[in-house]
Order: sequence, then C-alpha cells, then structure tokens
Amino acid sequence: MYMTLSKLPAGVNAKVTAINGEGAVSRRLMEMGIVPGVSVRLVKSAPFGDPIEVRILGYSLAIRKNEADSVEVELLDTTELLVTG
Amino acid sequence: MNEQSRKNSKVTIALAGNPNAGKTTLFNSLTGLKQKIANYPGVTVERKSGIWKLGDITTNLVDLPGLYSLEATSLDEQISRDVLTGSLNGSPKPDAIVAVVDATNLERNLYLVTQLFEYGIPVVVALTMIDVFEKQKHQIDVPKLSALLKTPVVEVNAKSGRGKEELAELITEAIGSTEPIPFNLNGKNGSGKIFARYNFISDVVQQTVKHNDLEAHYISEKIDGILTHKVFGLMILVAILLLVFQAIFSWATLPMDLLEQGFGTLGKIVRSQMSEGILTDLLIDGIIAGVGGVLIFLPQILLLFLFISILEDTGYLARAAFLLDRLMSRVGLHGKAFLPLMSSFACAIPGIMATRTIENRRDRFATIMIAPLMSCSARLPVYTLMIAAFFAGQTVFGFLSLGAILMLAMYSLGIIAAIIVAFVLKRTILKAPAPPFIMELPPYRLPNVRTILQNVFARAGLFVKRAGTVILAISIVLWALMYFPRTPTNDVVSVPSTVAGDLVQQTQAAEIVSVQLETPNSELETNSRQLQNSYAGRLGHFIEPVIQPLGFDWKIGVALIASFAAREVLVSTLSIIYNVGKDENEESETLISALRGAKKPDGSLVWTPLTAMTLMVFFVLAMQCMSTVAVVRRETNSWRWTMFMVGYMTILAYAAAFVTYQGGRLLGFA
Repeated sequence: MYMTLSKLPAGVNAKVTAINGEGAVSRRLMEMGIVPGVSVRLVKSAPFGDPIEVRILGYSLAIRKNEADSVEVELLDTTELLVTG
Repeated sequence: MNEQSRKNSKVTIALAGNPNAGKTTLFNSLTGLKQKIANYPGVTVERKSGIWKLGDITTNLVDLPGLYSLEATSLDEQISRDVLTGSLNGSPKPDAIVAVVDATNLERNLYLVTQLFEYGIPVVVALTMIDVFEKQKHQIDVPKLSALLKTPVVEVNAKSGRGKEELAELITEAIGSTEPIPFNLNGKNGSGKIFARYNFISDVVQQTVKHNDLEAHYISEKIDGILTHKVFGLMILVAILLLVFQAIFSWATLPMDLLEQGFGTLGKIVRSQMSEGILTDLLIDGIIAGVGGVLIFLPQILLLFLFISILEDTGYLARAAFLLDRLMSRVGLHGKAFLPLMSSFACAIPGIMATRTIENRRDRFATIMIAPLMSCSARLPVYTLMIAAFFAGQTVFGFLSLGAILMLAMYSLGIIAAIIVAFVLKRTILKAPAPPFIMELPPYRLPNVRTILQNVFARAGLFVKRAGTVILAISIVLWALMYFPRTPTNDVVSVPSTVAGDLVQQTQAAEIVSVQLETPNSELETNSRQLQNSYAGRLGHFIEPVIQPLGFDWKIGVALIASFAAREVLVSTLSIIYNVGKDENEESETLISALRGAKKPDGSLVWTPLTAMTLMVFFVLAMQCMSTVAVVRRETNSWRWTMFMVGYMTILAYAAAFVTYQGGRLLGFA
C-alpha cells in the first residue's frame, strides 16, 4: 500500500520509496536521511496538526506536512494499523 | 607528518559535525577554552578557536557551527562550509578535520563525513556519545568501521578523557597525508550522489554495528508523550513561559535594586574624591549614570539566559518550535523564530543574533524586523514609572489591579503589532512560499551545569561588552548635549518658554563662570535651567510642534530624544527635568509627585493618565535603542533594512500614540 508520508497514520512503520520534487527542500530531506529504502515511522503531529514528527535512522525529525507530501512511502505491515495505531 | 609542516607553527585543525553531536564538549575538553553547547539545532554560531597541543606541535583548533551538510541552507552552515574550504577571509584552509560523529545517530552523522572526504583534507572520526550508545546495549566494531571508511576512527568521551590522547596521535599522523575516498561517485549528480552516500553508509553500518532491537530506550519519545502532547504540551509551554517571566520580573528585583544603589554610591564616592569640574561631571553623570543605568538590567538578562540555556541544553526549545510552528507559520514566521522572539523580551540584541539559525533569508529578516517590538526589559522602568504615577492603587471590577492589566496590555500590544507587521511583511516585500521546516528533535539530555553556566556568562558578557562600548559612547554624547552650553548657576532670570530668540540670550549667558551653590534645592533648579538651555533642551523645543498632537510638551520631548539612545534613559532624564535630582528611580515618590504636579504655562496639568498611556504606547512600538540599530545593521548587512526598521517603527509608534491620545480625548479622557 502506497501513500505520501503526510498521510501515514501515527505509529505505523513504512518504507520510503521516492522523494518527489527538486530544489533545496527535497535535497535537504534526502540529506537528512529520507532516501528510498529507509524505514520511517510517523510519531505524532503537533497540536494544530502540523508539523509532524517522524522517526528515521534512529532519530526524530520534525517536518511540515507540506514537505512530507513530497515523500512517498509504502506501508510495511498493514496489521500494525490495529496494533500500534 | 613531515619535518617541514612540523616546523610550521600555523597548523589549523577544524572540528566539524552535526548539531548536538557533542562537538563543543569535545572542543572544551581538548582546548580547555570556554565555549557553549546546546541541544537546539545550530545554536553555536560564533566561530570559536583554541590552542590544542599535539605533542610538540601547537595547533589552532577551530570549532565550527554544527551542520548537517556542506550543501549549506543556513548562515551557520555556510560559515562552516566556507571555513572548511578555506574560502572565508582570514581563515586558512584546515590541515586536518576532526569529524565528530554521534554514535547513537551514526548514519545521519556519517553523511557529513562522506562529504568531508571529497575536500581532500585528512579526516579523523571521533565517535561521541559512546557511553549512551553502550547503555542502550548496542555494539560497534571500531577497527572495522575505520577500515571501511579508510579513515582513522577513535571513541572519545570528553568527560572521562577517554580517547583524547589517541585522537591527538591520529590527527598528528593524518596531517599532510592523503586519504582515499572510500566510495565512488563517478557519473552521479544531484540526488544520485546523496543516494550513493547513504547506500555506502548503510552498508558500512550494517557490517559494523549490532543494534539492540528492543527500542525500550526511547525515553525521549515517552517524555514527548507529555511535553508535545496536543493539549498538555501547550499548557506546559505556557506554564514555562509564565515561570520565566515571573522570575525575570520578580526574582531579579532585589539584585537590581542593589546594583542601582551600588552605582549611586559609586557616583557619590567619586564626587567626594574628585574636585568640581567638567571631568567629574562627565564621569559621574555621563559614564557612571549612563553605563550603570544599563548594567542594572544584568540580573534580568542573566536569569533569562539561564532559563533559555537550560531549555536549550535539555532539548526542550526544539519542541517549543515544533509546538508553535503552526501558529507562527500563520503569520509567515518559522517555528525557529520562537527562540529569538522569546529572547527579545529580555533584550532584542541576543534575540536578533539568535536568528542566524533560520535558514531562509526572508524568514530571518522578518524575524529581525519584529524582534524589537517584544517589550524588552529596558521598557520596564518606563511602564513602571507611568503606572506608579498615574494608575497606582486602582482596580478593575474591584479586584484586578489596573497596573497589572496595563502592564499585560503593553506586552500584548507589542506582540500583536509584531504579528501584524510580520503578516504584512511576509505578504509584501518579504513575500516567499511557506518556508520549509526541517528540524531535528534531539534526544532529551540532562543539562550540564558547567556548560550552562559557561553559556550564560558568555552571553551576559556580550551584553556587558555592549554596555562598555556603544552605551558608553552614547552616554557621553547625551551627557554633553545636556551639559553644554553651560548656564550660570546663580542666574535668577525666569526660564523663558519656547521662543527661539531667548535661546540666543541663554547662549551668551552661558559664558559666565559657574558659582558654588548653597542649597540642594537651588542646585536642582539650576539643573533644570541648565537642561532647558542645553542643546538637548533646544532640541526638545524644536520637536515640540511634532509631539504636541500626542499631548507631549518640550520637556517630554527632551526625555524622548534622550531615550532614542536607550529607553531606560527616560526615567533619569525626567528626574533631571523635573528638578528631583538624578538619583531617582522609577519608584521614586519625589519624581512621581513632580510628574503629577507639573503644569503647562496655561496652568493645566502636563501629565494626565492619558498622557502616561500615550507615552507607554509610544514606548512599546518605537525603535529607541542605538545598540539594537547597530546589531541589525551588522546582522542584515544592510543600511536599507536597518533604516526601514527604524522608519516603520517610528511611524507606527507615532501613529499609535496619536490615535491613543486624540482618541482618548474624543472619548472624554483628559
């Protein structure tokens, strides 16, 4: 199941499949470790729904949904939706 | 290392690494120099260097601001990159780099290292946070890591000193050597390069690190369960802010009073030890009163910095930015603007300097432009004096203190004005798409007392330095404007009003030599006449037509002119104008009753509650601080932006004061 990182439910593990867009923002996202193949988990969103906290490469990164929109992910295990979501 | 470079005394070594990697702690440990460390990404902005002894070689160790990548997106990262590539003026290309790598965050930390390889400068990797890493029951094969990276790797612990000697040996060997790049980037560009680096890193980490799969060590995530909770998170943030302001405005009172008394006593001692004359007057009324008037704010500033340092060091400030980003982005500001704006409540200068972590230039400038609208501690004496004189003891609804409400209203007015200005700026001259927000939330750490104290004193030092330079100069100029030309002390002619012709006579009269005074009262009268005839007094008369619509007379004009150097000067200037002596403070009964009793030539009162309110509104919005102007010029590197800020704030202050006064009169207030 594919979706963008901004749509990923909290607590679910996913794998990055692609980063869309050019320019400094997507480059920085990639440099921070959001590259195809790494696993990512959305920890939570901030009080007003934005930004979101994601766990990647063993650390926590806060990004806006706007930025997360350009990251495509694949759900690793949909049953986790029930367990941890 | 060859004999020639050994003799060359100018060996430079750079310390590079991600923010929060423990770089500054290592720097302190290697050099013994004082430096700051923090959890808020990218706070180390000043380039610091120290002496690091490598056996018989003395090297210059340069501590760089933390950076994630050499493809710089913020001013901090740009500075680091320029130092590393030797393209920064006055900074030689480093002979070797110590790459500080946080073992608990290995993959992302190694990314920068893979970039450093490409510069052809020898690199030694220093693995930090190894104690935390081991506590989490992970294992790392250091020799293998070194072999795969084709680079020396050493585990260091700044606290225990572990690995320090080995690091020194490895760096000594590395200087002058060339290391092969351990991976191939041929034919790759853009994102291809980034993927290739991360592929290489992922490969290396897989072969060298055995992770403990149980993620029970996510303590930070558990803490965040409360601190960034949708409801509790914001409540805790508000509570923390309340505590900080409570501390600044109540706990700091005692040391501030003591400092004030101290400077007063110092002035008296100097007066009693020195003979009468211009030099003595300059020293006491110009230098001691001027610089002392600013230094009394030191306790407030120390306390604010203490809180900010603790919040930074623990990792909380990044969470505050996370919590508030949505609100701040509504007006076009970045979540990272929170720290600069919060600092500005103590003093806009550290606040403006803290904007360097904001990547986008437009966001950064918007933050700088509004930082001086936050009510800084120098406005506090003005608010206090006005409230004590005209609103004391009054209540609203029978139980709310009017003074407290007005104080809150003044702070709110500044914040609301800042929001509106930011909103307008970001939709006009600083128009830009929504700024990206990509910020690490570092793991929570217990604050280190030594680091925090170092940090607090380093920042307070900047403030004291400012008092010793800019404010000293301004104090002398201001003193001279009020001191010259001299008016004879035994002149009994009544003081003329605003007629310009009279001023010429005063100038001629000023030539007469001053005479010793008999009573303090006549001394005060003389002071008042002196002020009226001085250049400052003439300026007051000159601007009177402009400030009349605000309900201000020439005397307030003099105080306003003086306060454009520094806001807090208003209180001491009013004291001189109203004959109550220079040692009065904002709680002084004599100054308060003098203000209440002051009359215009037509017999009506100069000061009414409405005048006081108008003056406070003016002070909330006006750019009355030379030091801030100087810092904005330096940080924006543009006179146009600096002048724009002074201009818009002055217009805003005048307009708001005008509306307050004229509107108040229309509503029937005196």
